[in-house]
Amino acid sequence: MTALSSAPVKPPFWNNPQIRAILFQVVALIVTVAFGLSIFENTQDNLRRLGIASGFDFLSSPAGFDIIQTLIPYSAASSYGQVFWVALLNTLLVSVLGIVFATLLGFVIGVARLSKNWLVARLALIYIETFRNVPLLLQIFFWYFAVLRAMPSPRDSLSLGDAFFLNIRGLYLPAPQFQPGFGWTIAALGVAIVLTIGLTRWAHHRQMATGQPFPTVSSTLALLIGLPLMVFWLTGAPLHWQVPELTGFNFQGGLVIIPEMASLLLALTIYTAAFIAEIVRAGIQAVSHGQTEASFSLGLQSSLTLRLIILPQALRVIIPPMTNQYLNLTKNSSLAAAIGYPDLVSTFAGTTLNQTGQAIECIVITMTVYLTISLLISLVMNWYNRRVALVER
Amino acid sequence: MTEFRVPHPDLPPPASTIGALGWMRRNLFSSPSNIALTALAAYLLWIALPPLLNWTVFKATWSGDTREACQANSGACWVFIRVHFDQFLYGFYPEAQRWRVNLAVLLLILGAAPLFTQIITNAAKVKLGLSLLVGYPIIAFILFKGGLFGLPDIETSRWGGLFLTLVIAGVGMTAALPLGVLLALGRRSKMPAIQTLCITFIEFWRGIPLITVLFMSSVMLPLFLPEGMNFDKLLRALIGVTLFQSAYMAEVVRGGLQAIPKGQIEAAAALGLGYWKAMALIVLPQALKLVIPGIVNTFIALFKDTSLVLIIGLFDLMNIVHNATTNPEWLGFSTEGYVFAAAVYWLFCFSMSRYSQSLEKRLHTGHKR
Amino acid sequence: MNGLKALATTATLLLAATNVVHAGATLDGIKKNGFIKCGVSDGLPGFSSADEKGNYQGIDVDICRAVAAAVFGDATKVKYTPLTAKERLTALQSGEIDVLSRNTTWTSSRDSAQGMNFTGVTYYDGQGFLVNKKLGVKSAKALDGATVCVQAGTTTELNLSDYFRANKMKLTPISYDKSDESAKSLEAGRCDVLTSDQSQLYAQRIKLAKPDDYIVLPEVISKEPLGPVVRHGDDDWFDIVKWTLFVMVNAEELGITSKNVEEMKKSTNPDIKRMLGVEGDRGKDFGLANDWMAMVIKQVGNYGEIFDRNVGKGSPLKIERGLNALWTQGGLQYAPPVR
Repeated sequence: MTALSSAPVKPPFWNNPQIRAILFQVVALIVTVAFGLSIFENTQDNLRRLGIASGFDFLSSPAGFDIIQTLIPYSAASSYGQVFWVALLNTLLVSVLGIVFATLLGFVIGVARLSKNWLVARLALIYIETFRNVPLLLQIFFWYFAVLRAMPSPRDSLSLGDAFFLNIRGLYLPAPQFQPGFGWTIAALGVAIVLTIGLTRWAHHRQMATGQPFPTVSSTLALLIGLPLMVFWLTGAPLHWQVPELTGFNFQGGLVIIPEMASLLLALTIYTAAFIAEIVRAGIQAVSHGQTEASFSLGLQSSLTLRLIILPQALRVIIPPMTNQYLNLTKNSSLAAAIGYPDLVSTFAGTTLNQTGQAIECIVITMTVYLTISLLISLVMNWYNRRVALVER
Repeated sequence: MTEFRVPHPDLPPPASTIGALGWMRRNLFSSPSNIALTALAAYLLWIALPPLLNWTVFKATWSGDTREACQANSGACWVFIRVHFDQFLYGFYPEAQRWRVNLAVLLLILGAAPLFTQIITNAAKVKLGLSLLVGYPIIAFILFKGGLFGLPDIETSRWGGLFLTLVIAGVGMTAALPLGVLLALGRRSKMPAIQTLCITFIEFWRGIPLITVLFMSSVMLPLFLPEGMNFDKLLRALIGVTLFQSAYMAEVVRGGLQAIPKGQIEAAAALGLGYWKAMALIVLPQALKLVIPGIVNTFIALFKDTSLVLIIGLFDLMNIVHNATTNPEWLGFSTEGYVFAAAVYWLFCFSMSRYSQSLEKRLHTGHKR
Repeated sequence: MNGLKALATTATLLLAATNVVHAGATLDGIKKNGFIKCGVSDGLPGFSSADEKGNYQGIDVDICRAVAAAVFGDATKVKYTPLTAKERLTALQSGEIDVLSRNTTWTSSRDSAQGMNFTGVTYYDGQGFLVNKKLGVKSAKALDGATVCVQAGTTTELNLSDYFRANKMKLTPISYDKSDESAKSLEAGRCDVLTSDQSQLYAQRIKLAKPDDYIVLPEVISKEPLGPVVRHGDDDWFDIVKWTLFVMVNAEELGITSKNVEEMKKSTNPDIKRMLGVEGDRGKDFGLANDWMAMVIKQVGNYGEIFDRNVGKGSPLKIERGLNALWTQGGLQYAPPVR
């Protein structure tokens, strides 16, 4: 046996994991910063060389074009800044509606997928497998160019009670016209909301203290609907309905849901609902059957079991992927550009960009908006996740 | 003589619990609410199915070469698809050169077939898989693009149809997975700078819509590059799609990494494995296996997202179909075109998800009970 | 490990793998590439549209071919990039294309703040309206409350709003990215009116299933001089594109056609001799071959030829020369002399 070397050889410093880690990070940072700087420099150079205007002054100059759907006052004389808000609101409108409808439809389909009824479960399965495996853009095109294009012309509109009209220009609904005095009803609603919150807290405290339950749901519902309704009648029903009328080329007055929005909303809802259904199914299946049995053996009714035992546990599984779907839906609404719905990407990153020629500014603003929305949703989701997560060890 | 009591032979189960009738009783009519649901579902089918079948099959036109052939029938005009079929497959790829695409597809099928069977050993599969991963893209690129070995050069702007869709999807998938794994490892890294960089990268790409990425890559990119530097439009779309999906892939892989107990890494370290070896040999094989469904879902999303290149003017399957529906000689057949495209996309996505399910079953080794 | 390293590696590989060009002037870059990157329309019959095999043709496409003939002596050395109205200006600004020849209107803001230079006018146009005969509309003034389809990101979109505002009419615009989609929408009845440059309206009309059901209203509500555009700041390249068009107009004036260009070289007319490179060095002034003007005419044709072939009497569009006739024939097409 040879003699062991007396002192262990000190490994060279580059084999020291700590030093290596630091080196590694320094190199990575330098590369990133250099990369970022060179892009910045290039862009500056290019803009100067090409004589392209830069900066955000364009936001205050007049836009000069009209937009088909505006939720806030807008005319061709408004500024590009106003265009931005119009476009952003259009994006938010279609996203929020899409999220609400997709959630409702998704829950129904997800529960149907677990139904003991063979036929219903099969239909739900077919729905899911069909719609989630076809590109969303194709579905939007399908609804817009194939289905909604088959609607009749304004003169042959389908109508319901001479108040609702459906034609190729959209769905026309009566618009509410608030008369003076309607403010009282709104105020009553506000009071009702405050009362509801108070009532719920009081009921919770009482139940904690005495064990006496209080019929919170029915009483709050009565409060929320009853009080404003009562005030509404007392103030003499200050609300009129403006019914759309066919004059000239088209229906005038009333509310209109344009086909661009309808097909986008249909496609977003149907597509996202297929994913939500799967999430809901997985969430419900993740709660073990033992939980239900244990709850029954404690004497809870089945409605309470669902509310207090199953749902809170299922939601823990459902919420994170669901938030991702909401985020996807919001980003997917940018496909509006393909069918002319005036959303942020089509109106701001499209038309405005083109009319002003300030591509970088417009794209940066657009991306920032989407990033902000997504970060906000992420933050909320992480907060919720921490709240409901199982605390282990 | 003893009398034996002969037991009465077993009665058959009640007719109402077996056979088709029993099955229906159990699954369709077990309670009043169930009966109502069945009736509702049956009614929905009743109103939807006959017109659907009539349109797609019974009253559809299958033969002929002109739109006049379709006028006799009220159903779908599949002649539209037939006439444009080659275009839908290859786009504007010159007809005389289409054998190159076919050959490349054939090569891929022949080369990859052993991977999906049990003929060769797993070690051989790994070798074959790696060599395909490295070699095939080169061969395919030479075949598609040409300009070498006497093959005429064919610009990428002429690539199109299903062929282009598969190119984008294929490249995107092979590039997004490794990139996603690297990003996920970076996000779990203990080095703060690396971690921050990876998180920023991932959250950035996950936060913006793909079409803004494609728009930027297709028309704005040269603004960010040194003057005069430029590269192919298709390549840029590929990079955009890959980076975008790699961020999603990273999150999926991270889920898998988080599920691997710390003991595995510690055991690997105790055996003297360095970081990369521990990851490659111990952690990743387990983690990736856990998240196969997530990976395949990302692949499916990527496949569907290839349709967005329509917005930047590449003629993938989606765009070529859309383009054909605006052909003045064939106006009014949008539905047929979209249904055909939907069927193709569906076929690919559905088979991918089915394959992942079978893979999951085959690979699951004890994590589930 | 780090995504950044992967990113950097990818970026390096990609740059190495593709046709990287470092060049100062546009022309050097083009010569190195061996082709001209030309932005055209994504489908407008007569101006630029791809046939079923993906080959482009049209008056805008011929401008690109002419520039290629000038630079390389070979009109086929063009790489076409189909662009929507929304993408075109950004694509030119960024250097994605070398020349934009896509029925683009010459305006002051595009010439100044947006960093471009218009090289001339290939087609004097004006904005008009296309409507279904069934509506019974005879004048654009009767369009109050109409739904109008328009292409997003065009001057048309702005003129439309101005016109309706000036005449105190209510407007419902739908902006599509692609002209095909506007045409489809008009046909389906989604909109009552399609507005665009008049030349485009004729081109759109022949794409409809029943072109005869639609009429173009008499009003022309704007000036739309359409022409090729290059980036601001490269004067040499600007000159080449500008003079390619002038050469074609001059050729028509002098009676030189793609057919007779070789015979014309024997002409005694000094103007013709200078232009065809027989006499003097006017060709070399541009840094090109001395006979580049002859190549343009020989391979692509004079202005009259390309007009007739693509949009005029030799085409399905059958548009009259009108404003686009030579100045000698009562039109506006006028080119400075080659001297």
